[in-house]
Amino acid sequence: MSLSITPLVASAIAAAIPLLIAALGELVTERAGLLNLGVEGMMLLGALAAFAAITHGAGLPVALLAGMLAGAAGALVYGFLTISLQASQVATGLSLTILGTGISSFIGRGYVGYRAPETFEPLPIPGLATIPGIGPLFELNVLGYAAVLAIGAVWYFLQRSRWGLELRSVGESPSVARSLGLKVNRIRYAAVLFGGAMAGTAGTYYALAQLKMWQEGLTSGNGWIALALVVFATWRPARVAIGALLFGGVTALGLWLQTVGVGVSTFALASLPYVATILVLVSISADRQALRRHAPAALGKPFFDGD
Amino acid sequence: MTPPLLRLAGITKSYATVQALAGVDLEVRAGEIHAVLGENGAGKSTLMKSIFGAVQPDAGMIEWQGRPITIESPVAARACGIAMVFQHFALFESMTVVENVALALGERTTLGDLARRLSDVSMRYGLPINPAQPVHRLSVGERQRVEIVRCLLQSPRLLIMDEPTSVLTPQAIDQLFETLRRLAAEGTSVLYVSHKLEEIRRLCDRATIIRQGRVVGTADPRQESAARLAELMIGHSFPQTERRAKREGVLALEVAGLDVQADGPFGTALRGISFRVRAGEVLGIAGISGNGQSELLSALLGSTLSPMHAVMLGDRPVGTLGVAERRALGVAFVPEERLGVGAVPEMSLAQNALLTGYGRGLVRRGVVALDRAWAYAERCIADYGVVAAGPGAPAASLSGGNLQKFIVAREIAQAPRVLILAQPTWGVDVAATALIRQRVIDLAASGVAVLVISEDLAEILEICDRVAVLASGRLSPERDVHATSAAEIGRWMAGGFFDAQAVAA
Repeated sequence: MSLSITPLVASAIAAAIPLLIAALGELVTERAGLLNLGVEGMMLLGALAAFAAITHGAGLPVALLAGMLAGAAGALVYGFLTISLQASQVATGLSLTILGTGISSFIGRGYVGYRAPETFEPLPIPGLATIPGIGPLFELNVLGYAAVLAIGAVWYFLQRSRWGLELRSVGESPSVARSLGLKVNRIRYAAVLFGGAMAGTAGTYYALAQLKMWQEGLTSGNGWIALALVVFATWRPARVAIGALLFGGVTALGLWLQTVGVGVSTFALASLPYVATILVLVSISADRQALRRHAPAALGKPFFDGD
Repeated sequence: MTPPLLRLAGITKSYATVQALAGVDLEVRAGEIHAVLGENGAGKSTLMKSIFGAVQPDAGMIEWQGRPITIESPVAARACGIAMVFQHFALFESMTVVENVALALGERTTLGDLARRLSDVSMRYGLPINPAQPVHRLSVGERQRVEIVRCLLQSPRLLIMDEPTSVLTPQAIDQLFETLRRLAAEGTSVLYVSHKLEEIRRLCDRATIIRQGRVVGTADPRQESAARLAELMIGHSFPQTERRAKREGVLALEVAGLDVQADGPFGTALRGISFRVRAGEVLGIAGISGNGQSELLSALLGSTLSPMHAVMLGDRPVGTLGVAERRALGVAFVPEERLGVGAVPEMSLAQNALLTGYGRGLVRRGVVALDRAWAYAERCIADYGVVAAGPGAPAASLSGGNLQKFIVAREIAQAPRVLILAQPTWGVDVAATALIRQRVIDLAASGVAVLVISEDLAEILEICDRVAVLASGRLSPERDVHATSAAEIGRWMAGGFFDAQAVAA
């Protein structure tokens, strides 16, 4: 039995990347004041579109684009209902997850068992990728590198750019933002669509970089973990990254324990990430002050943008 | 002769059932401080919103620098050079001062540049603020400065101030007036909206007086007496409250060494609050909201629990008892928010009466006695001259003053031992204010202990026997109202008693 922890780190990072992508998207959506519980559904829509595109002969860039567009399309439905019609965000988001799950398993039936003809493969950076322990960080595929860059990009956008400032103001108090002349609904649509495209990208990652074949419900509830991550990170991008690694680590640990043959039910081990999610949410909620200080003040509240 | 900066003619605006403005004319000259004086509900706010583009009038004409214009939105108003500081600030709590300003300006400048410009303007007009501070750490006065500086950075020709002093200490008011005079001297016109006569007489060059949506006169406020202005404003002479001889009774409410945590990330924790109220007297707690007022109220009411002996009703410790238990022991309560806390907006007055009056025989063997609740509400309406369609009218259909009268009536009708009122006349018209204050004074004279928590210093000095100030979560020493002055209370409101306490300790 190998004593190196490098494989464990590698699989932790691999599990963390799609969580990170989806959570960064949801973070931007929530900072604009919209709670989209449809992440899981949008991920599945993205995964299906990307897998279908690649199976029908498209290249990887087109498949990725298809995945992003499918996620964004789901987000558009959510946005129309919650922004334009002020429907309940919770109910709409849950419906979107159910819708996405349904569509992906219905259309996806034809693809069950297919292998993806082309997939995202690791692109090791020479020299760095062989460092013991942290080497796997430099052996990501293109989506992985993009996700790492996105941490800084989302932070810069939110904290330093004018658009980010406007987006945060809309999540803080849409009525005040409107009185200052900001186009509240337009900003909110943009945030929701970004969240959808990121969820679609995460779905693409599961289909074409991790499983590389079609399987019903291939995101296995990770959309929910991404949602929890945003709360865990108290709406801050750098902490989303730490959280994603943590959850990725728990997932990897479960798999690793299975392979080394610990005498515990595999089902119990596979449920580790979800148990961790619940524990983390409980501990975060214990400090309600911190949660309220960082939460976007208008999160989840419908806003009527008009007279 | 040059045309006035702004001229309104025949501005009319109706909402579903009420006519808010009925043909208002108004003229503002360049460089003048012009008062718009009127009661709560007279239509001042609607008028200002029409000028600022937040409300579209049904009829009438607006002329800006001699040319007729329509102002479609606040953005259009700002583009013309009209800026407005709202009574309820339009600031984002979690953001810094400079971020808040950047959002309003809509220019593509870096935050660093903007912070420098902001500091320049704030120093020039005597409005010091730190651009990097998050807004939730600022006092109310500082927040107003942010609003004003934000307006000034847009170099407005006309600055509208809507009830700007309702939350300021007397000293902060002086400072604000300095700034406004300076702006006027530089050629910026100021529209100053208020119902406070003394302030208008001190500050303004001209006044337009509005009553029930109509202009009832224009005056030079420096020439007119306050009584004359008041008569124009309310349509009859100013009602006076009458004090009753004080009878000291037994100790009814005692708070001793009360510490309470802040009730939210932007709240204020209370530290070592102690005071006593005897039957037959009125204790006033002055101070600006946000200094622990809401925390103190929750602790007194029982929605925040405290150690058993921190709150005593007579000789009975009640710190760990909840709201219903304390009410059952004879505490009645008039909260700050009428709709949502004091009354359920959608429910009828009779049902609202039932909410706190259920102990007064309105429930028989666990079944609501609707006829009695109806009669109870009817009595409250009749006793206090509440203008309402009847006990079946929903609470939300009443004006602020009428609903407040109803709530006060409902609480007093329970024959409490202790009555606690928070901002009892906030947003209430003059006549209702006078009635409520008189009933509170009479209630105390009948042997009830009364505690009034209010931002309105004039109110405290009018109805209370003793006064203390709550600032930054600490309570000042008490003073007899006849042995103190607005200046002293004002210093205390800004926290000026801390040093004195330290010396005494």
